[in-house]
Amino acid sequence: MSQPRASDRTVVQAGRKDGGGPRWLSRARIERAISLASPLLLLAIWQLGALSGHVDTRFFPAPSAIFVEAEQMVKTGEMWIHLTISLERIAIGFVLGAVPGIAIGLATGLFSPVRAIVQPLVDATFPIPKIAILPLFIMTLGLGEESKYAIIATGVIYFVLINTAAGVRNIDRIYLDVGKNFGASRWMMFTDVALPGALPLIMTGLKLGMGVALLVIVSAEFVGAKSGIGYLIWTSWQVFQVEKMYVGLLVCAALGFVTAILLEYCERILIPWRPRRG
Amino acid sequence: MDSTKILVRGLRKRFAVRGLPVDALDGLDLDIRRGEFFCIVGPSGCGKTTFLRILAGLETHGDGSIEVVRDPDGWNEGDGRARKRPLNSMVFQEQSIYPWMTVRDNVAFGLKARGMARRERRELAERHIRTVGLMGFEEALPHQLSGGMKQRVSLARAFANDPEMLLMDEPFAALDEQTKLVLQTELVRIWEGSRKTVVYVTHSIDEAIVLADRILVMTARPGRIKKLIDVGEIFPRPRQVADVKSSPRYGKLFGEIWNQLRDEVAIAQAADEAAVMER
Repeated sequence: MSQPRASDRTVVQAGRKDGGGPRWLSRARIERAISLASPLLLLAIWQLGALSGHVDTRFFPAPSAIFVEAEQMVKTGEMWIHLTISLERIAIGFVLGAVPGIAIGLATGLFSPVRAIVQPLVDATFPIPKIAILPLFIMTLGLGEESKYAIIATGVIYFVLINTAAGVRNIDRIYLDVGKNFGASRWMMFTDVALPGALPLIMTGLKLGMGVALLVIVSAEFVGAKSGIGYLIWTSWQVFQVEKMYVGLLVCAALGFVTAILLEYCERILIPWRPRRG
Repeated sequence: MDSTKILVRGLRKRFAVRGLPVDALDGLDLDIRRGEFFCIVGPSGCGKTTFLRILAGLETHGDGSIEVVRDPDGWNEGDGRARKRPLNSMVFQEQSIYPWMTVRDNVAFGLKARGMARRERRELAERHIRTVGLMGFEEALPHQLSGGMKQRVSLARAFANDPEMLLMDEPFAALDEQTKLVLQTELVRIWEGSRKTVVYVTHSIDEAIVLADRILVMTARPGRIKKLIDVGEIFPRPRQVADVKSSPRYGKLFGEIWNQLRDEVAIAQAADEAAVMER
């Protein structure tokens, strides 16, 4: 065979070059910009609709009117009264639910006799809507703060307990084998292996619990309170102060957002080894 | 030096696989000497890991017995208290260091379990971190380390515990070839400095030759002794991994072991295929 002549060769480009174009146009940046713009766009459409009369402002007052009302409530101090009382109920109720939730959850995950006792109770009572127990708490604990704490704690404890127990049960066998092989005591197995091993799922339980706490407190304040964000929403509706009602809804949204960020931050501090996406 | 450390007599282990009894070990008799590096190779499923886990106290066994002759220096002094040395420490195949502990806390885990005071175990841990070449990483968390570095931590954790015997279950199996070679070299160096009794399970003939004083070739399930091969006679200590691998005697020994193992691997595969067909 003779050498192929140059004219026999067909040359094609293989591989692909790095994408061109300016940096600020990267996909991540565009997506972030869109995420920021979408709620603003909705507000803008709403505002325009309200101004032009296409939206019934009796039910959907213009966003600008809602913000003016919110500013007013901050100035008069009305906002703080409702916000602080709700926050206090959430905080105390959350702790009252989370602490025993973690403790019972750990015991349930670690010891099968405890699991045999706790599991059926949890399975049977978990599906009951938590707010349905409010009358019982008001009956036993009265109309005061205690019944609010109790209803929030009840909502929180299930999620924390179930997730904590699952966290312990899902610890890799090998970590228990290491503990056993290196002669760790029961106490050390608990503090150095089970607890940190279950921590990622405990955090998940706390996040879910916080979500439930926000749900429960607002509905509890609808009926059984003379203050709080739920009370604000409910009374505003009854006297048809629609802007105020929307301010209440806005505060709920903000509360959910802020607590989510707060818990995310706690997770980063507490679980530095947890793999993070993004 | 040549006294027996581990006496295994008629050891049996039976599992239930989908309700059917399967013999993993069927009357294993074995003497492992004090201070030797003992490798076990065998086809997959031959019960070599099971044997190691029984030795480690992580699994129970059926008939038969295992006796371990305690070292004469089974006690060591420290912070004013005499403390019994642990009988064994295991180095596992998969990722087994705790992701929530720093390198230092991982290495000191066994020492903490034995109730050693914080300062003393810190010092000891740091010495062993240095030995495995991880100084500067004391405060690092495992997810910041490569696979090879994680296994270094695992080795340091076992050596720091100062057990009478080290049990290793294919600790380098998941690593790439070059990292494996580096770690084998280091293991030889560290071990030659301590001369602990080691029982090392591997599926790699190459690794067994490089590391072992003696190699046990096991039969397909149920695991019994196929042949015992004295490597120490051919490659004396101290040993250079690269020299061993480039020696002509290495190739000859490899062929010899493979000849022993080949039939057993075929039997194991036939059994696996039969099991698949049944399903």
